[in-house]
Amino acid sequence: MIVEITALHKTYEGKPDPVVAVAGIDLAVEPGQIFGLLGPNGAGKTTTISICTTRALPTSGTVTISGVDVVKHPARARVSMGVVPQYNTLDRSLTVLENLFFHCRYFGIGAAAARSRSQALLEQFQLGERGKSFPNQLSGGLQQRVQIARAIAHHPAVLFLDEPSAGLDPQSRIAMWEAVTSLRKEGITVVLTTHYMEEADALCDQIAIVDKGRILALGSPDELKHRHGAQTRLELKLRDASATGSLLSALRSMPDVATAEPTPEGLRIFARQLDGLLPPVVSAAQAAGLRDLTIHEPSLETVFLALTGRELRD
Amino acid sequence: MTKARTGRPLAAFGALMLRDARVLSRELIPFAVRVIMQPLLFLFVFTYLFPRLGTGSQMMVGGGSFATVLLPGLMAVAIMFTGIAAVALPLSGEFGITREIDDRVMCPLPVYAVALEKICFAALQCMLAALLVLPLAYYIPSTPVALHVSSWPVFVAVLILASLVSAALGLAIGSSVQPRQIGLVFSIVVIPITFLGCVYYPWALLSHVRWLQVAVLVNPIVYMSEGLRTALTPGMPHMPTLAILAGLLLSFALLGGFGLRSFLRRVIS
Ligand SMILES: Nc1ncnc2c1ncn2[C@@H]1O[C@H](COP(=O)(O)OP(=O)(O)OP(=O)(O)O)[C@@H](O)[C@H]1O
Ligand SMILES: [Mg+2]
Repeated sequence: MIVEITALHKTYEGKPDPVVAVAGIDLAVEPGQIFGLLGPNGAGKTTTISICTTRALPTSGTVTISGVDVVKHPARARVSMGVVPQYNTLDRSLTVLENLFFHCRYFGIGAAAARSRSQALLEQFQLGERGKSFPNQLSGGLQQRVQIARAIAHHPAVLFLDEPSAGLDPQSRIAMWEAVTSLRKEGITVVLTTHYMEEADALCDQIAIVDKGRILALGSPDELKHRHGAQTRLELKLRDASATGSLLSALRSMPDVATAEPTPEGLRIFARQLDGLLPPVVSAAQAAGLRDLTIHEPSLETVFLALTGRELRD
Repeated sequence: MTKARTGRPLAAFGALMLRDARVLSRELIPFAVRVIMQPLLFLFVFTYLFPRLGTGSQMMVGGGSFATVLLPGLMAVAIMFTGIAAVALPLSGEFGITREIDDRVMCPLPVYAVALEKICFAALQCMLAALLVLPLAYYIPSTPVALHVSSWPVFVAVLILASLVSAALGLAIGSSVQPRQIGLVFSIVVIPITFLGCVYYPWALLSHVRWLQVAVLVNPIVYMSEGLRTALTPGMPHMPTLAILAGLLLSFALLGGFGLRSFLRRVIS
């Protein structure tokens, strides 16, 4: 295992009340994986990553990176990891090329090797002409790419990306996804956080769904969808949302309906499968004044909803 | 092979110094202007212009020309301002909006070493600043400064210690003050300690205002200017050398310790 997190807890001693950011997380990331922590704002993703990357101290629990304990030997652990935090930490006083060059030097790479490594990274991340620019002269998407290039410059075993696509336009996001998936070829393990389920779905081999500092579910995107949200989701909007009691029990008795629950505007059905289900649902709901019906294919969004009863994005 | 070698914190420390040198190399002229401007104007007004405006008589302080009193003091001020400009200003920015300090902190060396590197590099800048002030004293005053290095070891020790103290002061300010309050810190800390730092008068003359002579002993600038006075213009009255060195060491320990503590607290949550 390249990243091993055991019984991790973190409480911030806040002013009015202490904040429990991580409430017992256990994780193991295998080499070569792209691992995603998916969760809403405040779930504790950044805190978990900060502890893994030696930026925060756990209240209890341990984290090892390539077998090195991050609390006992932080400087040594940093050699095996690359980090792209949630905010831009490019060195604004250095050019893009110098950012890469000095990063290599910090990690003990000799001057000549650092120079050729920086050049190679500029090519690899299609930053060729931008070497002499200063970070502030680049767009957010390009800066993000420089950050990734810099983070892997010293050949870390694992790369931590915190919200890599926050604030990126769709095109830069796709470019960033390509950059991340191409790291797989180099054998770099990636741990990323996101609250975009599309991103987790598109990029990750393994996903841990986190909420309120705990892991709710763990598995590959397909496993998660099958285990927790295999059901197709039907959202019904009713003219008379108050009189759903009998309708709910009628729906629940249908064999293909896994569960049904009221929502402010009507009700929600998790269906095992859709074939032949729509006609009886529609006719049953007709009486309560059905005015809209939407069908959601199984997605991580559905999984999150099934696990927490809340939407991932508010 | 470009593989990162493990367990070489010294290499990382050296690379951080090189990085700072690269950044400074782009700013040499602004750096020199910032260092020279204040002593240049001071010397010009008080030691060139005033003698000409008056009846031709020189201002004399404690048995020496005012220029002789001023020179070590102005060097001390140059050292102090350089230390603050080299550590506190960039650091409060790096802690602030950009948070780019996290990049330096992710280097494979203990976090306190990142702060120590800042102190070391800033101290080098301080020494450079002090040496830039020296030639001014030769060319500007109407009567030259009675400059004479009585003891090189004392001069070197004072120069290094004074530079370390001001860099530690910069670290203490930079890592405990919010960026938008830096201006305020200049008004309520930096300016007073300069004016009450025996820069424009030797400490011994404060015996006329006894309470002040005792009170300024908590001010690290006092030991910086008195130290340089001892080393460069021994003809002037000055504090005992041992007291100066002890004062500088103690200031460094206190400011450095406080600065490191706040740095670590800001960086690791
Ligand atoms: N330095 C801190 N001091 C006090 N509380 C903090 C600190 N950092 C985070 N928290 C709190 O800890 C909880 C978890 O925050 P964290 O940043 O880890 O969440 P996140 O999953 O990364 O969220 P986001 O998607 O917004 O980045 C939140 O309630 C947050 O307010
Ligand atoms: Mg976060």
